Amino acid sequence: MSKRIDVKDLNVYYSKFLAVEDVNINIEARSVTAFIGPSGCGKSTFLRTLNRMHEVIPGARVEGEVLLDGDNLYDSAVDPVSVRGQIGMVFQRPNPFPTMSIRDNVLAGVKLNNRRISKSDADSLVEKSLQGANLWNEVKDRLGRPGSGLSGGQQQRLCIARAIAVSPQVILMDEPCSALDPISTLAIEDLINELKSEYTVVIVTHNMQQAARVSDKTAFFNIAGTGKPGKLIEYGDTTTIFNKPAVQATEDYVSGRFG
Amino acid sequence: MTGPAPGQVTAPEIDRLEGKDVSTNSLKASTDRGRAGDKIFSGISLAAGVLILAVLFSVAVFLLVQAAPTFVADPAEVTGGNGFTAYILPIVIGTVVAATIALLIATPVGIAVALFISHYAPRRFSRAFGYVIDLLAAIPSVIYGAWGYIVLAPQLAKVYTWLAENLGWIPFFTGPASQTGKTMLTAGIVLAVMVIPIITSLSREIFLQTPNLHEEAALAMGATRWEMVRMAVLPFARPGIISATMLGLGRALGETMAVALVLSPGALVASLVKSGNQTIAAEIALNFPEAFGLRLNELIAAGLVLFVITLIVNMIARFIITRHQEFSGAN
Ligand SMILES: Nc1ncnc2c1ncn2[C@@H]1O[C@H](COP(=O)(O)OP(=O)(O)OP(=O)(O)O)[C@@H](O)[C@H]1O
Ligand SMILES: [Mg+2]
Repeated sequence: MSKRIDVKDLNVYYSKFLAVEDVNINIEARSVTAFIGPSGCGKSTFLRTLNRMHEVIPGARVEGEVLLDGDNLYDSAVDPVSVRGQIGMVFQRPNPFPTMSIRDNVLAGVKLNNRRISKSDADSLVEKSLQGANLWNEVKDRLGRPGSGLSGGQQQRLCIARAIAVSPQVILMDEPCSALDPISTLAIEDLINELKSEYTVVIVTHNMQQAARVSDKTAFFNIAGTGKPGKLIEYGDTTTIFNKPAVQATEDYVSGRFG
Repeated sequence: MTGPAPGQVTAPEIDRLEGKDVSTNSLKASTDRGRAGDKIFSGISLAAGVLILAVLFSVAVFLLVQAAPTFVADPAEVTGGNGFTAYILPIVIGTVVAATIALLIATPVGIAVALFISHYAPRRFSRAFGYVIDLLAAIPSVIYGAWGYIVLAPQLAKVYTWLAENLGWIPFFTGPASQTGKTMLTAGIVLAVMVIPIITSLSREIFLQTPNLHEEAALAMGATRWEMVRMAVLPFARPGIISATMLGLGRALGETMAVALVLSPGALVASLVKSGNQTIAAEIALNFPEAFGLRLNELIAAGLVLFVITLIVNMIARFIITRHQEFSGAN
């Protein structure tokens, strides 16, 4: 499991508005890549193009290629549904299904893919996924309770469990900790560190320390002004981006001298 | 801000030493502003609440008092000559059958149309479509009745003849079929047509309110649109769908004019394609103008029964909704 992603000459539009321009980036398998940059520079927009979730937004479209181990996601014969099955996503606000139990939440994606799963297989998958999301011990006695009864941090880990239950190749996370307290944040960061042994992880964050703590590589996006497209300014090893960036704008941003 | 120098005694402190009430809690300062508004508003709400209860109570008392003679009357004097139960039971069954047919058709169709509008149709088209549905919900029932009588019933009569000939062994389709098409099934279908816009319109509102968050959660793990609807939209909308169905049922149970126009009433029969059967609302409306004495009491008692049926149905709906409260996402 886990594949690499190569993006070639990607432009993203919202109707006529060019939101992200000409991104080229190579994301290694089994690594954590952080996207940083000021608000509105197109991090979320770009992240969503990596599993075609932008297509949910009316008018959003892309030009260019995104290759998952060499296979273009935007090939005309490719179904976005199967793309999303392989490239999972965790959102800024925890979004477990409120009408489902904790157990059913974990199994939600699996039930889509193969409807017949034996109870014992389901049980072991639920345990494995919740273990993987560091949530098992906290919820093992109440798997039948609604997922919405958990704390925000627990809900977010439940969402991660739900994402890894389908054994995706890649996990995309859009500011997964921004609605969480510092303790829950640390729990998720630990989890991300563990996830990279099996998955390719891409995380958007506004928290520099977080990017520095969890990621192997960092991509800095920036925007020249309102109405201008966001661009990938610099991409490299996280230590390099934070200590010896090549571009002045990157240095200004990571050192907090931005704007 | 600079406080008093250490050791210096401030004015309030002197007051306190002298035993005066000198609470310095500025939150205690009276805020008259807005209080009057609160009082007026709570007064109006209270009055409105009391008024509603009083009206409800007086209706209930009226029904009970007026209906009472029926229950103590000599069974031979009640219409049909076998007492009130024998009189009311067939039309209770007729009412329930008509409403059931209506809901069996209207609920799936209404939900499907609502989903089409909210999640499948192109945006511009869906808005126009929504307006049309809202318009349909506002059409008076006598118009639906006339349409059922003039347009629908003659068409259905042919279908009924076919049903009676080919599926006559099913009790619902026993012949001979009505030649006018004015049967229970027609009444049920006309009621369904009237109820569909209500269910559609309310369900659509609820479907549109499905949190984006949960729709995206489903899509992001590889759900197709239909799977997303089943995973995120329908569970979220469940209580709303039940309420919408109940409102539709209320209209179907109480509908008078349309049923009176498209059903030739008669004794209770199992066949839905023969003339016969009657509903409570139509029975009352058709007989009320000429009724007096015990007959009037009977009809009011029939109204009381209809009232109780509606109440029971609503209580069942409440029960179904609250049973799943825990998983509603409201916590
Ligand atoms: N649904 C949308 N329709 C039209 N324009 C959009 C939409 N979503 C985002 N945009 C625009 O695209 C640009 C990039 O937005 P995006 O949300 O990707 O930024 P971001 O880097 O994720 O910001 P933040 O850090 O605040 O989340 C912005 O100019 C934004 O206004
Ligand atoms: Mg964003």
